[in-house]
Amino acid sequence: MASISELANPQRFEGLAQAVSPYAVGVAFITLVAGLYYALFNSPADYQQGESVRIMYVHVPAAWMAMFCYSSMAIASAVGFIWKHPLADVAAKETAPIGAGFTFLALFTGAFWGKPMWGAWWVWDARLTSVLILLFLYLGYMALWQAIPDKIRAARLAAILAIVGFVNVPIIKFSVDWWNSLHQPASILRADGPTIDGSMLTPLFLMIAAYMALFTAMLLQSMRNELVARRVARLDMAADAATSTLVETPSAASQS
Amino acid sequence: MVEPPFSLSARDLRASRGGRDIFEGVSFVLAPGEAILLRGANGAGKTTLLRAVAGLLRPAGGAVEFCRDTEEPTENAAIYCGVQNGLKAALSVRENLDFWVSLYGAEKKAANDAINRFELRGFIDRRAGALSTGQARRAGLARLVIAQCPVWLVDEPVAAMDRDGVARFIQLVVDHLGCGGSAIIASHDALDIPGARTMTMSAKAAAP
Amino acid sequence: MSALAAIIWRDVRLAFRAGGGALQAVAFFALVVVLFSLAVGPDIALMRKIAGPVLWTAALLATLISLDQIWRADREDGSLDIIVETSDALPLTAAAKAAAHWFSTGLPLIIATPILGVILNLPASAYVPVLMSLAIGTPGLSLIGAFASALAVSLPRANLLISIIVAPLYAPILIFGAGASIAGAAGAAQYAPNLMLLGAATLFAALFSPIASAAALRSNLD
Repeated sequence: MASISELANPQRFEGLAQAVSPYAVGVAFITLVAGLYYALFNSPADYQQGESVRIMYVHVPAAWMAMFCYSSMAIASAVGFIWKHPLADVAAKETAPIGAGFTFLALFTGAFWGKPMWGAWWVWDARLTSVLILLFLYLGYMALWQAIPDKIRAARLAAILAIVGFVNVPIIKFSVDWWNSLHQPASILRADGPTIDGSMLTPLFLMIAAYMALFTAMLLQSMRNELVARRVARLDMAADAATSTLVETPSAASQS
Repeated sequence: MVEPPFSLSARDLRASRGGRDIFEGVSFVLAPGEAILLRGANGAGKTTLLRAVAGLLRPAGGAVEFCRDTEEPTENAAIYCGVQNGLKAALSVRENLDFWVSLYGAEKKAANDAINRFELRGFIDRRAGALSTGQARRAGLARLVIAQCPVWLVDEPVAAMDRDGVARFIQLVVDHLGCGGSAIIASHDALDIPGARTMTMSAKAAAP
Repeated sequence: MSALAAIIWRDVRLAFRAGGGALQAVAFFALVVVLFSLAVGPDIALMRKIAGPVLWTAALLATLISLDQIWRADREDGSLDIIVETSDALPLTAAAKAAAHWFSTGLPLIIATPILGVILNLPASAYVPVLMSLAIGTPGLSLIGAFASALAVSLPRANLLISIIVAPLYAPILIFGAGASIAGAAGAAQYAPNLMLLGAATLFAALFSPIASAAALRSNLD
């Protein structure tokens, strides 16, 4: 039998998720609409970049979320690994695809941004390169989860990988910056440089809020799905195999 | 042959895999000089129990303790011989034995003892990969002699062995018990070890 | 012989015996270099420029394909149980396994590098930097690789999975290693800092990979 906490906590989570989900979806919708309105219509064009600066409002928060999700994943992994908390394992697992999605969005919009700015869809800019490597970290993490059928073992191993990846992120970031400064000494326009005008901050913050709310809503929903799937799997397992125990069997030797 | 006698006790041991409990409520005490024959159907968890006692698998609950006489618990004093022999196919039997001597920190002559006890001399320089199943099993079990651990945990030792081999193995266990050692042996075969208790892994009655 | 030395000695012997992976990794290393040259074409000026980075990439790939066997072989024949059971400190054992992997893969690659350098028209000034950077960097590849291999030890056919997991973790070592080989060949000032950063990356791997490997092994044993 599964321990009490294992069953009780997901139930309490289910209640919490049901209460919070509608608000998260609502906040995500409102902030997304408002943010896009400001980004597209109610903010100045950049004197250097022109209208294409508007991609920044989608790109920069996405890049920020990519890192935020990976950090959350690593923290949830550590909690799950140390305190063996199944809910933390599920949270880490379900954060990964969402984080990978934001990472992909950041890369995609980065390429779109780069075309008018640098004349190429892809430039090996330090920031984009780091985000690209981050995407591979996500893919490795998800591939590991997917490869291991035993969910409890998968959670432990994926947690170790997430923590190792998290520790390595600053090293990778530093090495890419270093590599970039060696090979491409020309300074490149930075998205979050000191050039940002006050009127640009409103849409930026609105978009960050929208992404956060979106992340919350998606995470809660996919965690609920995963928990239901696991409950079904556990019932299946309980049905097809019995738990055994050890009993003394009187044998000829011990009777004599 | 064996250091001071150890007793082994398991309290309310529980092991699970993939969220399913394989066994629970397993308790026993193994005194020096004692042997347990572990029985049970395939999948009942015999191997899992042996691995949990050996410390290779973290139990989901309960505890295993090794005590030297009545003193405080000490470190794990068991050796586990699973169904796999742990032989490197590309190395000769002697090279394999020498490797174990180094791993277990045994004396050089321990390898010779093992060779004699299991009559490995006939194929000592052959590649382990070229041995027959029964020969490989004998070579694999030879590490029981090399390691000189007080508690033996052996999984299906005689499944592929001829009658001579079985008799030799039983004699080895009897000698080990005589020196104050102890053993848990999981086997489907009837092993005639005098004084051994039989314990069975069987399906637990339906939960209340 | 101490247990750790015995593990290293055993693994190295196995790697160089028939069916061992050491020579295969070197052959693969050479193959990547040759294929690369065929793809680029006989442009000697271009070759001289990219020879160092190509050698680094090929060495990394050759390491990558050999990672799967670090723990799996021991798991399949049951000797992993014995190694874990007799280990006083599992991280040290993991470090010994990584060391054995370096002796049987990294070291042969380094020895083969000068010959392949000739094929690639590696400039004379680049030989020492390339060899130096490989000598400092490949132990880091083995250490991180041993961790990824430990993660996947209970899975059948995990080579691709291990590659996906390990590639982003290899990025800093590749950057500093290839960077050092380029800077060294050009006599640039970044040669020494690159080597130092490479050494730091390997040292970092030496500190943390064995601990992570041990945790992964423990989780994989049951």
